[in-house]
Amino acid sequence: MSTAHETSHADEPAPLAEAPPRDLSPLVAQLRALVGEEWAYTQEHQLRTYESDGLLQYSALPAIAVLPGSADQVQACVKACAEAGVPWVARGSGSGLSGGALPVADGVLIVTSRMKRVLEVDLANQRVCVEPGVTNVAVSSAVAPEFFYPPDPSSQIVCSIGGNVAENSGGAHCFKYGFTTNYVCGLEVVLPDGELAVLGGRELDAPGYDLLGAFVGSEGTLGIATKIWLRVLPAPETVKTLVAFFDSTHAAGEAVSAIVQSGVVPGAIEMMDRTAIEASEQMAHAGYPVGRGAALLVELDGAERECEARFDEVVAICERCGSDDVRVARDEAERELFWKTRKAAFPAMGRMSPNYFVQDGVIPRTKLPEVLEAIDALAQEYGMIVANVFHAGDGNLHPLVCFDGRNEGEAERAEELSGRILDACLEAGGSITGEHGVGVDKKRHMPKMFGEPDLDAFQRLRCSFDPAGLANPGKVMPTPRLCGEVPGEYRQHPLEAAGLAERF
Amino acid sequence: MRPASAEEAAELLRTLGEEGRPLRPRGGGTKDWGPAVEGAAVVETGRLDRILEHNVGDFTAVLEAGVPLAQAQAEFEKHGQMLAIDPALNGDATVGGVMATNDSGPLRHRYGSMRDLVVGTTVALSDGTLARSGGKVIKNVAGYDLGKLFCGSFGTLGLIVRVAVRLHPLPPGTASAVGASDDAERLGAAARGLAAHPLEADSLDLDWRDGLGRLLVRFGSAAAGDQAAATVTRMRELGLADCAVVEDDDELWMAQRVHQRGDCVLKVSGRATDLAAACRTGASVVGRPALGLYWLSLAPDPAAVAAARAALAPRACTLLDAPAELRADAWAMPDPGALAVMARVKERFDPARIFRPGTFVGGI
Repeated sequence: MSTAHETSHADEPAPLAEAPPRDLSPLVAQLRALVGEEWAYTQEHQLRTYESDGLLQYSALPAIAVLPGSADQVQACVKACAEAGVPWVARGSGSGLSGGALPVADGVLIVTSRMKRVLEVDLANQRVCVEPGVTNVAVSSAVAPEFFYPPDPSSQIVCSIGGNVAENSGGAHCFKYGFTTNYVCGLEVVLPDGELAVLGGRELDAPGYDLLGAFVGSEGTLGIATKIWLRVLPAPETVKTLVAFFDSTHAAGEAVSAIVQSGVVPGAIEMMDRTAIEASEQMAHAGYPVGRGAALLVELDGAERECEARFDEVVAICERCGSDDVRVARDEAERELFWKTRKAAFPAMGRMSPNYFVQDGVIPRTKLPEVLEAIDALAQEYGMIVANVFHAGDGNLHPLVCFDGRNEGEAERAEELSGRILDACLEAGGSITGEHGVGVDKKRHMPKMFGEPDLDAFQRLRCSFDPAGLANPGKVMPTPRLCGEVPGEYRQHPLEAAGLAERF
Repeated sequence: MRPASAEEAAELLRTLGEEGRPLRPRGGGTKDWGPAVEGAAVVETGRLDRILEHNVGDFTAVLEAGVPLAQAQAEFEKHGQMLAIDPALNGDATVGGVMATNDSGPLRHRYGSMRDLVVGTTVALSDGTLARSGGKVIKNVAGYDLGKLFCGSFGTLGLIVRVAVRLHPLPPGTASAVGASDDAERLGAAARGLAAHPLEADSLDLDWRDGLGRLLVRFGSAAAGDQAAATVTRMRELGLADCAVVEDDDELWMAQRVHQRGDCVLKVSGRATDLAAACRTGASVVGRPALGLYWLSLAPDPAAVAAARAALAPRACTLLDAPAELRADAWAMPDPGALAVMARVKERFDPARIFRPGTFVGGI
């Protein structure tokens, strides 16, 4: 039996990955030889490091974790898995928040953390080529100070570009600058059958289908990227940042709408509610007024003159929408303090509450006030604290549902509440995930957003890349599916024969 | 054949699929790109012409694929908004057609192409499946991004029937800076110099014809005039001549859009550093140098096309506007590993193999 432990969902069918026990020792020996003794882990105490990603409520032990040092080694490992018919999962830094890098129990885990080389910096063409294990922040460092890499997830110091590609990571500045998918122009990938393919390239508009666009954000289910070409931008001339305090999130939400309506495209607009302000202030000591209903951080960047003119406009809008306390960062140190306070929100909640779930819903921006009210009502109904921190510009909410896991049943109730927040987002016309991904955590919500024909179309893409279903199985899709042979006659899949999966 | 709804389109495709009858989708019929298909039925999107939603406060819209882009823009403009894509519009180019052909104009410099603006897509497939992906919010990572797969698929995978897009504010004013040189190397270096500065320009274009070139930089903001003036100074420093601010700049940019089309246009997927090489082919060139994209207007004869391709090798060159006999060889060859996946994508999304069969890259 598998050693996977997942928060139980009784209605959920067994993951496809739970294949019958088999002797993996030949494959393990082969992988060990491929990457070298010291980079192959099979002892339980070694494997524990990799049993979860950033979402700790899911864990599973792979049979082996390998840390290849080159694209060739990655390819050899994937090929060995393909030949043995054993599922594998790719893992970057393991900071993902949807269980996307959760190992398949008794499968293979391919960790890219040793592949950290910046291969090429071509500033004349505004391109950088990196290996997948390079951290997000290292890309910006490699091209600084004249250039920068815009996607900036909160975990940017640790998270890897390979993981960013898999998850199509966002960040605080994506309202203006876009997401990972807007900056990846080429990928060298190892396909699940062990073949190598180049999707896109250093140049834009490669001939044929935009497989690159399909691959970015595919959560490790279509293959593993071994080389990544990124577009970088010239760093903005100037940055201006303010924090405005409001009596309510409703008023702050109206300010957000008014700012965007006026035609201003801020680099970032971030909101925190009362609970989040209180928690962050205790940790960051920025002198924020505890007890105020909402804090809105607005950052404009770009050309000096344009920024100046627009900034005054933003200040005026905040005041008009009821803020009597607008603080403009006087220097870089103060700007950093504003951001530190915003980014402290998650760890700060950890001090206030023994446990919490981070939700990642999206709503149309104009629905902000009513959805926040709905979240409030839900929190009261469940008698739990929900703190709200979010990327207000693009309607990406991160409600933090606080609970004490030591109390019987509280985790389950918190999870239920968290799920109902997603329902509220969907009712408002939104999405179940804005940047964390579906992974294993949200696959059961997929049918609320997509119908059977939609899921079928997703499966067509997956099968085009991975007909054998070996790359990160059990993620994204709500139920395990197999790939039919197309075209041609029906053949039975081994897992189907074993009664472990149905054909769709 | 003109289905009037997404469901009707799906039913029609199911029937055509069962009959195994080849077809080609047609929007406004303004871009006869890619090889022709003998005896193909034409499925037109002309009756899929409703703007289903314009969510003004959210800067999003949901459009049926047959909505003419110009009509959609007129609607958005009433609210001070735009879909930030501006290909040459001769006639009734539709939203679906622009997406399927990955067409774009000068605004691509800042806003990207359709792949960067589409947030949700509904497609009808040759087995009658009607499938939706994405959503209608600007940030969303649930499920696979099939919208991108259909951008630039040239009607070979399925029929795009509905598109959700992100909108942007219309600029409060525009102004442009223009500088010239007859030295292609100097123009290239100047273009890279300009691209390396955080100008926040809406567009940065090259116009090269008859041995004389210009760089054009457009700003769309409250301070556009100031930004253009500052750019003129920079252009002089970079060695360009006849540098000037153009306040009334619509015509300038309309010309860039128009020159992207012609009797024989070869699109080059290149680099910023390829500017001079593109000019040296002897063609008239419209370029987005910061993106490395160039459109070469050539004489409509096979030798001219072959010579330009050879001169720019190994860059991928796609033949867009061209006489039918030249379009039989429109595409560059993809990476072999990628091509194998593309063939499988085609098999799965077009199981009846009726969407312009055999006309795409590698005979897909």
